[in-house]
Amino acid sequence: MLNTLVRRFAQMAFVMFGISVLVFLIFFATPGVDPAARLAGRNASPEVLAAVRASFGLDQPLPIQYLMMMKKMFITQDLTSFVNRGQMIVPELVQAAPVTISLVVGSALLWVGLSIPIGMLAAAFKDRFLDRVLMGLVIVGISPPVFWLGEITNLITQSRYHDTWLFSWVPPLGYIPFSEDPWGWFKCLVLPCANVAVLYIGIYARLLRSNIIEANQQDFIRTARAKGLSEWQILFRHSLRTSLITFATLFGLDFGFLVGGGVLLTEVVFGLPGIGKLTYESLRVLDLPTIMGTVLWGAFFVVASNAIIDSLYAFIDPRARHAS
Amino acid sequence: MADTAAGLTVSPVVARPALPARGPWATAMAILLQNRAAMSALFVLLCIIAACLAAPLYAHQIAHVDAFQSNVDGEIDIDGTTVAVLEPNTEGLGLGVTPIGPTGRFATYWLGADSQGRDVFARLLYGGRNSLMIAGIATVICLSMGVLVGITAGFFGGLIDTGLSRLLDILWAFPVFLLAISLSVVLIHGVQLGPLSFDSGSLVLPILIISCVYIPYVARPVRAQVLTLKHSDFVLAAIGIGVPSARILWRDILPNVMTTAVVFIPLMMVMNIGLESALSYLSVGVQAPDASWGTIIEDGQGLLYSRPWVALAPGIAIALTVLCLNILGDGVRDAFDPRSQVRPG
Repeated sequence: MLNTLVRRFAQMAFVMFGISVLVFLIFFATPGVDPAARLAGRNASPEVLAAVRASFGLDQPLPIQYLMMMKKMFITQDLTSFVNRGQMIVPELVQAAPVTISLVVGSALLWVGLSIPIGMLAAAFKDRFLDRVLMGLVIVGISPPVFWLGEITNLITQSRYHDTWLFSWVPPLGYIPFSEDPWGWFKCLVLPCANVAVLYIGIYARLLRSNIIEANQQDFIRTARAKGLSEWQILFRHSLRTSLITFATLFGLDFGFLVGGGVLLTEVVFGLPGIGKLTYESLRVLDLPTIMGTVLWGAFFVVASNAIIDSLYAFIDPRARHAS
Repeated sequence: MADTAAGLTVSPVVARPALPARGPWATAMAILLQNRAAMSALFVLLCIIAACLAAPLYAHQIAHVDAFQSNVDGEIDIDGTTVAVLEPNTEGLGLGVTPIGPTGRFATYWLGADSQGRDVFARLLYGGRNSLMIAGIATVICLSMGVLVGITAGFFGGLIDTGLSRLLDILWAFPVFLLAISLSVVLIHGVQLGPLSFDSGSLVLPILIISCVYIPYVARPVRAQVLTLKHSDFVLAAIGIGVPSARILWRDILPNVMTTAVVFIPLMMVMNIGLESALSYLSVGVQAPDASWGTIIEDGQGLLYSRPWVALAPGIAIALTVLCLNILGDGVRDAFDPRSQVRPG
């Protein structure tokens, strides 16, 4: 058990190291690209370029440059933006993180809460009318791009139908911190969360349906049927339980993915000042140090959350515990 | 293996003539052709592709517009005569505005004009050409690279496998979005690679970026499949009778991997269209003056409340294309996945 954990976290450290090297190489050593000009932003003056070269040690060999970057990012945490003169990046990220996490947690609640009943109903009524309707809706739901869906939501709730009783409660685009006004916080997150959730409700409902259908052909389900359990009992007690294992694994991956930059577009469309919006704004002005910061912290978050979920997995699933 | 074989008396093998059965490809195609939903999706998809390919035809012959020239005066040139297409303005000086779609006339500014007076429908078709082309080429590159890496890692094993697998692990853990954004933001203003030089408007850059980031998604399952195949009876038998590795790779491994790759095609198209539109929307994908569905949505963002069709139309186009690809993808999976054939009902 402890062995598994140690190995899993050693692997995590290796992947994190690999990612940091990859990010470093992309930003500092892409052939045919001058890193100083990129890091300094658009049309930087010679003085700024010189400051960038000194600050990142660009005249030093690559391994030294890598160490300097990592020190700035994680130890001294004084990575600064050159486009927004002297703006410290790490505190900016810390400030933006709660917004992103609120958004992701809210949509995760929605998608888990809705995809399980949809997937179960579709599997229980396989190939009948309800299954076809639900799967039809779901496949339509996973098709549009999420940022477009957000814009349509805005068009309806902010402009065209804002004055009707249905959407008059919708607050203007933006974010209200929980500490200021919990009810306002809730209201401004409902629609963005629903938008993110649409895609994942679809993916997870489809996944759960096919997993349950597959589980239903297993021997233990036949045994359960033979001993006289009702179809609903079989569904809840046996098929659903085995099917949720894949569901949980994928959930861990997607949750990490969303916190680590996956909700970027939703944040942009709804004007939520999270990490994604920060990345977007940096993209507009080509503020590369900030992008580097968000990318590295985002990727590390994803890797860490995957490792944690994998370890939790060993507690949940007895097979995983005994496998190693 | 050895201890079971030792106890058997070996008698000469008499080959039974093979039954005139259809191969896996023919079987799969037959199943796919009977899938009405998948075939309708394919038909719609082909219509979309045809329409996008006909973009210059529509722009020049039917609508008489230039989709890339700003035209705030709202005048179009039909066979030498200049026609004003302005709509009466209810506000301001009443000078008239470029059409706000939908106009109800297919030939003139069907979906209205954008802020620069460019025909939205013509731009939609041109944009679709780029979006579909980028996604298509990226799918081909990504699948070939993924299959190549997966087979190399799985078949040769050892140090090559360890190295490639670790690299894939890292890329896999890296959030796709952030990887694509990092690559784009560094490369998008042009790059000089030895004799090759790509300037910032080049479509090669988004294609390369998009095809790179999804390689692990193909390579990992392919590697796993090759590992299973390597220990399957027919490959062991081939090794046993001394078939050279290259021939085993070509005749036994590759055909099996190809069916997996085929199942991946619609899926990769969906992911690539999504990533392309997202990158273009973030202005690090396709660069002006070129258009793609993503850049048109970005253009339409500021016009959302005044000219909603600029953003609506490309979104609907993406959604419809992806929907068709998803339905087709389900059909292809059902046809090629052997498990789905044994599944009752």
